[in-house]
Amino acid sequence: MTILVIAEHTNAALAPATLNTVAAAAKIGGDIHVLVAGAGCAAAAEAAAKIAGVAKVLVADNAAYAHQLPENVAPLVAELGKGYSHILAAATSNGKNVLPRVAAQLDVDQISEIIAVESADTFKRPIYAGNAIATVQSSAAVKVITVRSTGFDPVAAEGGSAAVEAVSGAADAGKSAFVGEELAKSDRPELTAAKIVVSGGRGMQNGDNFKHLYALADKLGAAVGASRAAVDAGFVPNDMQVGQTGKIVAPQLYIAVGISGAIQHLAGMKDSKVIVAINKDEEAPIFQVADYGLVADLFEAVPELEKLV
Amino acid sequence: MKVLVAVKRVVDYNVKVRVKADNSGVDLANVKMSMNPFCEIAVEEAVRLKEKGVASEIVVVTIGPNTAQEQLRTALALGADRAILVESNDELNSLAVAKLLKAVVDKEQPQLVIMGKQAIDSDNNQTGQMLGALTGYGQGTFASKVEVAGDKVNVTREIDGGLQTVALNLPAIVTTDLRLNEPRYASLPNIMKAKKKPLDVVTPDALGVSTTSTVKTLKVEAPAARSAGIKVKSVAELVEKLKNEAKVI
Repeated sequence: MTILVIAEHTNAALAPATLNTVAAAAKIGGDIHVLVAGAGCAAAAEAAAKIAGVAKVLVADNAAYAHQLPENVAPLVAELGKGYSHILAAATSNGKNVLPRVAAQLDVDQISEIIAVESADTFKRPIYAGNAIATVQSSAAVKVITVRSTGFDPVAAEGGSAAVEAVSGAADAGKSAFVGEELAKSDRPELTAAKIVVSGGRGMQNGDNFKHLYALADKLGAAVGASRAAVDAGFVPNDMQVGQTGKIVAPQLYIAVGISGAIQHLAGMKDSKVIVAINKDEEAPIFQVADYGLVADLFEAVPELEKLV
Repeated sequence: MKVLVAVKRVVDYNVKVRVKADNSGVDLANVKMSMNPFCEIAVEEAVRLKEKGVASEIVVVTIGPNTAQEQLRTALALGADRAILVESNDELNSLAVAKLLKAVVDKEQPQLVIMGKQAIDSDNNQTGQMLGALTGYGQGTFASKVEVAGDKVNVTREIDGGLQTVALNLPAIVTTDLRLNEPRYASLPNIMKAKKKPLDVVTPDALGVSTTSTVKTLKVEAPAARSAGIKVKSVAELVEKLKNEAKVI
């Protein structure tokens, strides 16, 4: 049994989610190969070779893979993947974009966002916004799976010494082209990898008031998230959204400020170790999942909290 | 150009679902069903393309039980021109649905296929991408902006770090994200008119598609419940608990 893990990377560096995906592969058992497909991605490949437990790194360095366009990357992965028992990718926006296309090319079903490995063919995954956990079994020759990072502790990024091997793939499929991107700039830790997350909701009232959360987050070394209400109201950009349709986080500490706690938001954070809710409505559903709840006006409580931590 | 929109009948997003006692699935008897929220956004985008004069015809399709006709009628009331129901009472996986949609695409030859990024029941986020592979079309997933320009469509996508724009050759597939648009409500006169619009019913067999699957669900359980928390009286008490009891700061 040999498992192919698709690396999540920016060409220059490996994304942390790759380490969680390798951890899931290690639970399945067998040799682990990592595919780094990109353009000028030697640095990412070098980092992949150092991951503990990786046997081999395949590098497909080609201008066609520069922005991970699925029309170009999926045929490469499907072709390489035929020889493997499992193909795994992180359930990031990139993994979700590419992997179903791979599965359909291989004519197998895909299993999305697993949170646990029961055996080499049986996995657990959340459905209905995390309100039910399904155990699913695959009889596919090649099992194509995306992995929810928060379900698996990352393996060590150092300590491995895998062989690096170049592979060639198909050229540009000519169906799509990268036009441009606008990435949000932030000095704070990445939301999905942060140990502490401070999130604001509609109760923040406007974007300017998020400065209170930024000040608290900086003191705690935390990332700042938001509910859909705060994103839709234009307080903060959408890549800060935590929930069923945004990012899934499971930090040590999640502080929900002015967030009522709708089902869709809880789907993104209810696996956090400790949840704190600050809300002036004591009936808010968020208090049903909070370990520590404080019924208070956030505009008084948050600055005070910032002073005391 | 012709636009094909795929919609799904799912449990209403406000319903708190319960797992069945025998762990065979979730209890959907007597639960309110609706159009999947992402599909509503897909219908709205198609209607807006028609209003701009870009789209000439909107065909809406669903795969599901006979009762899914309700969701097709809703789409017709919102502005779709005609509807197709691929009737199947089985719970189909994304690949089977993508294969059925491929058969419909082959027949209808749309220039653009619009569908939601994920259904809120299975949370798979697969069907649009799989249809992309089966048809060989380019895919613009998680779209927050769609602009048709000549023989291309520019799609701005929501990605983890922000936004990315790609240009796809037509025909292409677009899957909608939440911020693409704000879906409209159907007016009563349009609901009445929708009852007269054409709705064809076909079967997977008639489309020549096998819906067998390589994945089966063994059981469905309720997630582990969190133990009840406490309410603290002051910020000072909260900080003390986080430092000394939870030891997280």
